[in-house]
Amino acid sequence: MRFAKYRRPVSLVAATVACILALSACSAGSLGSSDKGGGTTTLTFLVDNADGSVKPAQGLAEAFHAKNPDITVQVQTRPGGSEGDNIVKTRLSTGEMTDVFLYNSGSLFQALNPKQNLTPLTGEAWASQVEDIFKPTVSVDSDLYGAPITGSSAGGILYNRKVYEKLGLQVPTTWAEFMANNAKIKAAGIDPVIQTYQDTWTSQLFVLADFHNVAAADPGWSEKYTGGQVKYAQEPAVKGFQRLEQVHKAGYENKNYRSMKFEAGMKLLAAGKGAHFPMLTFAVGVLASDPQHINDIGFFGQPGDDASKAGMTIWMPAGLYIPKSTEGAKLEAAKKFVAFVASTEGCDVQTKAYPPAGPYMVKGCELPADVPQAIKDVVAYVEKGNITPALEFSSPIKGPALEQITVEVGSGLRPATDGAALYDKDVKKQAQQLGLKGWS
Amino acid sequence: MATEVDARQTVGPAIATPARPARRKSPYPYWFCLPAALVFFVFFIVPTFSSFFFSLTRWDLSEYEFIGLDNFVNFFQEPALVIGLKNTLIYAVVTCGLKVVLGILLAQLLTSPIIARGFLRSVAFFPVLVSTIGVGLTFTVLMDPSAGLINKSLGVVGIEGPAWLVDPRLALLSVALVDVWKGVGLATVIFIAGIVSIPREYFEASAVDGASAFRRFWHIVLPLSKPAITTVVILSLIGGLRTFDLIWAMTRGGPGFTSDVIASVIYKQYQAGFYGLSTAGNVVLFILVTAIVFPLYRFFTRQEVDL
Repeated sequence: MRFAKYRRPVSLVAATVACILALSACSAGSLGSSDKGGGTTTLTFLVDNADGSVKPAQGLAEAFHAKNPDITVQVQTRPGGSEGDNIVKTRLSTGEMTDVFLYNSGSLFQALNPKQNLTPLTGEAWASQVEDIFKPTVSVDSDLYGAPITGSSAGGILYNRKVYEKLGLQVPTTWAEFMANNAKIKAAGIDPVIQTYQDTWTSQLFVLADFHNVAAADPGWSEKYTGGQVKYAQEPAVKGFQRLEQVHKAGYENKNYRSMKFEAGMKLLAAGKGAHFPMLTFAVGVLASDPQHINDIGFFGQPGDDASKAGMTIWMPAGLYIPKSTEGAKLEAAKKFVAFVASTEGCDVQTKAYPPAGPYMVKGCELPADVPQAIKDVVAYVEKGNITPALEFSSPIKGPALEQITVEVGSGLRPATDGAALYDKDVKKQAQQLGLKGWS
Repeated sequence: MATEVDARQTVGPAIATPARPARRKSPYPYWFCLPAALVFFVFFIVPTFSSFFFSLTRWDLSEYEFIGLDNFVNFFQEPALVIGLKNTLIYAVVTCGLKVVLGILLAQLLTSPIIARGFLRSVAFFPVLVSTIGVGLTFTVLMDPSAGLINKSLGVVGIEGPAWLVDPRLALLSVALVDVWKGVGLATVIFIAGIVSIPREYFEASAVDGASAFRRFWHIVLPLSKPAITTVVILSLIGGLRTFDLIWAMTRGGPGFTSDVIASVIYKQYQAGFYGLSTAGNVVLFILVTAIVFPLYRFFTRQEVDL
């Protein structure tokens, strides 16, 4: 009896130890180099969890593995937004980053401290195939650190073409025309402007997409802004905030704009219950499951004061980067993967996996003929050449609190000029953290 | 030493020690404290003092630049901070007050002879066990102004419910209410323990004198639960002052900045990569909590001695 009493704990302990051993053996295997298994390499690849990133990434991983059977690419996801920024920064500084990773180009890329954390890719063969407009957004000094992944996206107004047809409206080329259209749409019992402040980032578009108009009024604005000489609280940049305020004051937004989420907003637009949605064109991908309505959605750049300068603001694709922590055989494999992504073949794979939101930044890449109408509208702007990269791609400064400020301005809690001044203060902290001149 | 002080602090409010016994030589050698002291030093003392230092610098994860008190100047100029400070205090006072009042009433109910008392006690305690983030997300769905269950139920009886979390005037209070729902169980348990420990003789004597139920509550239960009240007030006030998870899960400080509290302001600075600024914010929060809770604690313990 005594023995029986004691046996149980002993066997339990033994079982536990066995379990722990088994677990540790397992994790050691997956953490250590996988080269043992017949000369194969496994690359880990971190992307944000939006469909527009995950699906192309998975498509690329599979196509690359099919072409290079000895290299497996394992896609991992992280949250987007500032939470994701945090994860990427922390993992980079602790040397725990995946072998390759996808992250924004432009100001967010600059905040990663690329010189210290990333492997320069300047001399790679594909570098000459990247569009010149994209290169500065992933470069520090003369070094290139990333390859473009996914298509670009345009920021402006998505609109319902059926509503325009029914009411006999023309695509506006000035802000005044836009507001006149809104008045007619409202009179017809349709919500003129959709806003979805439950997803706070969507509130920034009237300000950010207005940048083409700012640059049209003052072509050197971006450099002066980085140098601390011009501010958002001044003309012409303050207009973006004022436009957001005008729309709210006129009561043009949908009833539930404060609690609505972005996907619901897209459905409202597709159903023709709302006419305009200030948005990035990647949003059209949300309607891929609704092919009946996807071509009812058109796009135009946010109109400014001068019809002759009308154009659109373009968002550059994300970059694909290799952290310094990737070494040896993995580095070779990682470079091979990056080269694959930055090729025309890579573009085609991405197009197959997810509908692109705008032109690719690799020379020779074509969009398929059957892209949704809104993307065709974007391509028309690009072909005419009246496009401006969003401010975050020509200046390293972007204040983190913009989305809260635009929610306040857009819901009438704060006057536009006040909001713009507050944003200038927010931006100052970012400039100081980056150690820029002219901001102390 | 460190562990000794710690132990006294946690036990302090609940057990009123009338007078400290004279210091006796401990039968154990001092180096018994060493393992605990080492852990305390590495994980508490070092980070605390290094954060005092880093609050005076502008740093990223690899290097720093000394900038004096600039971070504190910046932090106090932060527009969200003024709202945050005000909101933190409102939140702490509202949740603390409601938890004490509701907690003691619930405890009184759950110590009286009612049907299914044990079951009801566990029901009252249950929300404490649920993850805060889970509670936050659930209530975000329930409180949706048009599709949420709360407003739909109100609609059935003909009341148009408010826009709980997206109305700038209500957002903070809505979150505070959820916090009370989640936290009142713990307060209740502490009060139950306090009420149960009151000697029966008082109640018997008052019954002989013909005291009403209300007078029994007012003159016996309430004064003799003072140690329990102290504990609940201190615990829920500290909890309210440093609240973060529920606010973040439900409103993220929104709409705009209207439901920001100090902790969410600090977190946003940290997320944006302003590490120096957020460290300075933490130092401010540390000082604030100490400045409010320490005198309060002294005040309550002194009262107990008088009792």
